[in-house]
Amino acid sequence: MTARASTLPVHSRRSRLLNGVGLSVLILAVGCVALILIGAIVYPGFLSLGYILQQLQIASFLGVVATGAMLVIVLGEIDLSVPWTITGTAIVVTGLAGSHNGLLADLALPLGLATGAAIGLVNGLGVALFRVPAMVWTLAVNAMLLGAATFYTGGFKPPGAVPRLASYAALGHTLGIPNAFLLWFVIGVITLYLLHRTVYGTYLYAMGNSQRALFLAGARVRTITVCTFVLAGVLSSLGAILLTGYTNQAYQGMGDPYLMPVIAAVVIGGTSIQGGSGSYVGTFMGALFITLLTSILAVMQMSDAARQIIFGAIILAMLLVYRSSEKDRP
Amino acid sequence: MNLLRRNRSLAITIVALAVLFAVFIAIHPRGFSTYVITIWFNQGTLLGLAAIAQFFVVLVRGVDLSVGPTIALTNVVASYLLLGSPGAITFGIIAVLLVGTLCGLANGVAVVYGRIQPIVATLATGGMISGLALLLRPTPGGSVDEALSDALTYDIHGVPASAIMLLVVLLVLHIPLRRSPLGLAMYAVGSSEQSAYMTGVRVTRAKLAAYGASGTFAALAGLYVSMVTLTGDPGIGPAYTLNSIAAVVLGGIALSGGVGSPLGAVVGALILKTISSLMFFSGLPPLAQPFFEGLVLALAIVLGAFGMINVRNRLELFR
Repeated sequence: MTARASTLPVHSRRSRLLNGVGLSVLILAVGCVALILIGAIVYPGFLSLGYILQQLQIASFLGVVATGAMLVIVLGEIDLSVPWTITGTAIVVTGLAGSHNGLLADLALPLGLATGAAIGLVNGLGVALFRVPAMVWTLAVNAMLLGAATFYTGGFKPPGAVPRLASYAALGHTLGIPNAFLLWFVIGVITLYLLHRTVYGTYLYAMGNSQRALFLAGARVRTITVCTFVLAGVLSSLGAILLTGYTNQAYQGMGDPYLMPVIAAVVIGGTSIQGGSGSYVGTFMGALFITLLTSILAVMQMSDAARQIIFGAIILAMLLVYRSSEKDRP
Repeated sequence: MNLLRRNRSLAITIVALAVLFAVFIAIHPRGFSTYVITIWFNQGTLLGLAAIAQFFVVLVRGVDLSVGPTIALTNVVASYLLLGSPGAITFGIIAVLLVGTLCGLANGVAVVYGRIQPIVATLATGGMISGLALLLRPTPGGSVDEALSDALTYDIHGVPASAIMLLVVLLVLHIPLRRSPLGLAMYAVGSSEQSAYMTGVRVTRAKLAAYGASGTFAALAGLYVSMVTLTGDPGIGPAYTLNSIAAVVLGGIALSGGVGSPLGAVVGALILKTISSLMFFSGLPPLAQPFFEGLVLALAIVLGAFGMINVRNRLELFR
């Protein structure tokens, strides 16, 4: 009895810490620090503030897109149309900004976000109304977007200009902090509020756990699905706008390298791919970790092949650690 | 009649394929000839084998995003080993199949013992496998035995060799899948893992076998890619992963597991190939073809989902 009483508080304190922050966040935080230290050994410039701020800036593009992906994954679905949502938005934005019609040029960014919303709407309607598995439907949408983009651009680099606001958001600094990171931070705070303080967030997690139960409870299951996909589309577009500002152009296939890292960031952030659980802080740290990892592998001048192998191995290893840590839970 | 009723969705898919094929032949400038059919079957076989690989994993309620990378890796390995004496080539084929099977088993171990969700596990292993392919052959190159390639990509008395091969594969697969305890265990695990476990089905073994078989068929697809292209290319993966999933869905195999047959997967793959060939000869501007390909794919998938709209109770729609 006394033994139990003495171990109980310790146990509960530890589990509260784990529940509050999450094992994945702890591991990722340690991982990020370790990566920076390893990098510092190879290349002393790694410990500078400038480098870290630059990494935060680059991580923002991934992070904004991953925010949308996380919402969809918590819902229990998946969005594979991310690559061409990014490229499509970039093409629309640069095309409009480069047009001679002043009004259209001014509307480039809102219309870019509207593109993402429209794509999200198509994704959501297909999944909610036709009950097509999201994995297949968003894949088909991605194929159509690819086709539409190819048709529009003729397979060449799309013409146009980059809106000044996009460049400012992606490249500018406020008080020394990259604007892109500030934007991501704001989006992160809104997402946290949405997930934990609104009915929408509660429904989102509930739906990931059991659509059936939520439907029986009287929630508007289809509306939630569609809204989530639209939100994800808008966030992908926002990421695309930042990316356009950063690279100062739109080009074919600019979104293609993003699908894998986005899903990886969400998943190693501790969000279950089956939906219904996951913390946004995890996704945030996941995006940071993946950006750092990519950067350090690049600095170490690994070949592309070795980079892919290490990348895959680390993701696999982290997932194994998460899995084995929850063994005692059913 | 009973047989037809039981396989209604498969029958519909086959009719759809027949219609598409008829249209394809009608608009093809060379019409119905051995040449046209052989090319068509060769391309269909590439995707068909990839679709069978995907089928095995989907059957046990998974999804395999490493099908494409495994095809790329085996293709690259084949471009090193399928040369020289008949003995060396035989050894090469066995080695390639072994590589594919090992990739599949690695996925199986990660899913069964690591208890990682199939989609993320295969995403990670897929990255590693395509890295390996890139490591072995950073740029496309290498060569394979041309006599073997000719034998497998031309026709035998007017019948495409690939068609015969595909038919043999389907016939050979039918019995172990539908008659052997292991095959039935795969269907049982896909339908309901818990019930299967309670009934005494060896869930672990069935799943591992399914993932292993998936790797083997991905290796067969990789081998056939080498036969058609005569080189090894580490970059061919992504298209195969995505198309194999689309083919499986078109072929009436439920992503929720436990339903479908390899024949369905192959028919789905042939439909996909016919659609893209149709686009090629349709007279549409070449730049518009990818869009219509995507559109037709989306329509086909929605049509396939129409069964879902006609339900008695909306509750059935939700998992």
